[in-house]
Amino acid sequence: MDLLQISNLSKTYAAHQALRDVSIAVPRGSIFGLLGPNGAGKTSLIRIVNQITGPDSGEILFDGKPLSQDHISRIGYLPEERGLYKKMEVGEQALYLARLKGMSKGEANRKLKIWFERFEITTWWHKKVEELSKGMAQKVQFITTVLHEPEFIILDEPFSGFDPINANLIKEEIKALAANGSTIMLSTHNMGSVEEICTHIALINRAEKVLDGPVREVRSKYKQGMYDVHFNGTMLALGNALWAQFELVDHYQSDGYYTARVRLLEGSTVNQLLGALLPSVEIVGIQEVIPSMNDIFINVVGKNGVDHE
Amino acid sequence: MSKTGLIIEREYVSRVRKKSFIIMTLLGPILVAGLFGGGIYLGLSDDSSYNILVVDNTAQLRDSSAQSSTTLFWNQLKPTKQMKFQYTREGLTNAAFDSSDYTAMLVIREDIVTFPEAELVFRKLPSLTARSYIKAEVEKVIENEKLKLNSISKSTYDRIRTDLELISVDAKDGSTSFKQEQAFVGFGFAVLIYFFIFMYGVQVMRGVMEEKSNRIVEVIISSVKPFQLMMGKIIGIALVGLTQFLLWVILTGVLTSVVSGFFIEDVVGPNGVVEQMQITDDVASDMQKDPMKNAAIQEMIDLFFFRVNWPLMLGMFVFYFLGGYLLFASLFAAVGSAVDNETDTQQFMLPITLPLVFGFIVSEFALSNPEGATVFWFSLVPLTSPVVMMVRVAMGFDASNIWQLFLSMGLLVAGFFGAVWLAGKIYRVGILMYGKKVSYKELAKWLRF
Repeated sequence: MDLLQISNLSKTYAAHQALRDVSIAVPRGSIFGLLGPNGAGKTSLIRIVNQITGPDSGEILFDGKPLSQDHISRIGYLPEERGLYKKMEVGEQALYLARLKGMSKGEANRKLKIWFERFEITTWWHKKVEELSKGMAQKVQFITTVLHEPEFIILDEPFSGFDPINANLIKEEIKALAANGSTIMLSTHNMGSVEEICTHIALINRAEKVLDGPVREVRSKYKQGMYDVHFNGTMLALGNALWAQFELVDHYQSDGYYTARVRLLEGSTVNQLLGALLPSVEIVGIQEVIPSMNDIFINVVGKNGVDHE
Repeated sequence: MSKTGLIIEREYVSRVRKKSFIIMTLLGPILVAGLFGGGIYLGLSDDSSYNILVVDNTAQLRDSSAQSSTTLFWNQLKPTKQMKFQYTREGLTNAAFDSSDYTAMLVIREDIVTFPEAELVFRKLPSLTARSYIKAEVEKVIENEKLKLNSISKSTYDRIRTDLELISVDAKDGSTSFKQEQAFVGFGFAVLIYFFIFMYGVQVMRGVMEEKSNRIVEVIISSVKPFQLMMGKIIGIALVGLTQFLLWVILTGVLTSVVSGFFIEDVVGPNGVVEQMQITDDVASDMQKDPMKNAAIQEMIDLFFFRVNWPLMLGMFVFYFLGGYLLFASLFAAVGSAVDNETDTQQFMLPITLPLVFGFIVSEFALSNPEGATVFWFSLVPLTSPVVMMVRVAMGFDASNIWQLFLSMGLLVAGFFGAVWLAGKIYRVGILMYGKKVSYKELAKWLRF
């Protein structure tokens, strides 16, 4: 069952339509990537789910029921534009934010201690936020987002501002949270991490959803019948062996062998390709080229054009 | 604890713990007590002695009864313990005076009886008491001379002389009116309200801007409604203001009683005639020693302790402070939410601060003309009433015009709800709006979102 079900959501600010008839379903336990160029409407959507703003029309069901204030304690939110009170101590501030989410003081205190140990930041408890670096503050923010063990966690650009080590730490934590049963929705521009951790995606462009589904399905949908063939021999021999049903897209040499990227044209199969090549070159390996999320993103968004207001 | 309660707690605790709060809380009463004590000190203790050279330019007296040649003022000014007079007919040049032992030089012109004017040349300005004493003494001599010239005997003159005491009596209840003096007490409260609204209103605005520029606001309003956050901040800071006021009242009370006790004992003398701190007793025994000096203190004490209705004043102060503060603070919060940085606040601050300043000016009017039409209207309009009404409250209401007080209070409450409603609408949109310079037109649009 879907934890979050958004149907026909529309939102207009003064003269600018931020969302147009968007429907998205976030399956329980998924890590859902919300993708799209800047200004596409991702943050508007996230704010509506967080009940910071209301939609003009459309419906949102959370766990099968219309989204309401009761759900606030079951949702964790890390905004893209995030900050902390500079003059407050780290521990005190984390406690405050946790209690705002409805946790009791004792429980919040106990869980914070565990998280602070896990992130190896126990010595920060009495530090003022202004003494922390940006990355350090982000760790604290991440903890305050997930501390109340929400079923649904929304992370807007969670990796921005982190160095690779900490970005990886956060990535592992996100996977661990999902493994423990939380559902996670994250927006990011980092397509590499989408492939790595997301199970589902939706792509929003110019206020409309243009693509969604499980990552594997999306990627295979955009397969173009391309294969990388690794071989020993000469490019000339390979080129001569290919018939009209195959198109040589690209080739390069590395690690002592050649790699040729070949597109199968209408009706041809991998077996036919191998059959054609076997007499001419020594095949080391062959693998299907699955388009990266990055390629799909550029492909889809580029086709539609980016909305520059 | 409710979420609004949590926000109030954070706003309150984080401010009360600040060094600046503690310093202000301690400094305020010290300042007040210092002024009070300083005033008494300056008024009472002038223990410097004066050696005054009287340069008498008046003509030799033709009076045959005089044994020696003498002038009008010769030995006529009554010396005191602190003030000695030397007489001469030859004035010193200012330079010569400067190097002499005299503290001051009183130059009396030849025709002083017709043109009552004298010069007091000084190195260091003599105290007000000393100057009034000299003035009174010279006047006495001139008066006597005029009596002689008009052949009126001193006793006749004393009989004729009249000193009218004008007692204003309120026709409605027959009570003796001290409205003028009471108005000053009210004005003191008005100043305090003006000051508090400004100080804490701006704190609300800064707090909102801090949250907005920090970007923490989005985290918080994913847990609470924007309105809760705004009200939590406003109420939390109001409590800070009340705490500060309460501490000031207590500390000022303690300090002034210590300071005034110290000075009054000092006046009584080192023998410690009066050991106890009871001010009225002190003054009573003191009165016998020096009636003139202490009449003023007696007057002040009467005013502060007996004529001012303190419970009403403090109650009204709390009401008008809270009402006015809540009204202005919500407007300040709206301004804070609409802008990105402090410099952009200017254009929106003006329409908010203008009524406050107007209220302040009108309450000064109220001192001299408490029942004028301007004062009447400004004491009803919610934006100015918190400041202006305090002066009127101090002067008291009676059955026929008490409705004005109730109307003013009612309008303030209504004004406060209106302001909160308006501010809530602007705040909700403003806190999430970045990098956009907002105009009034834009604000009006937000109201309809």
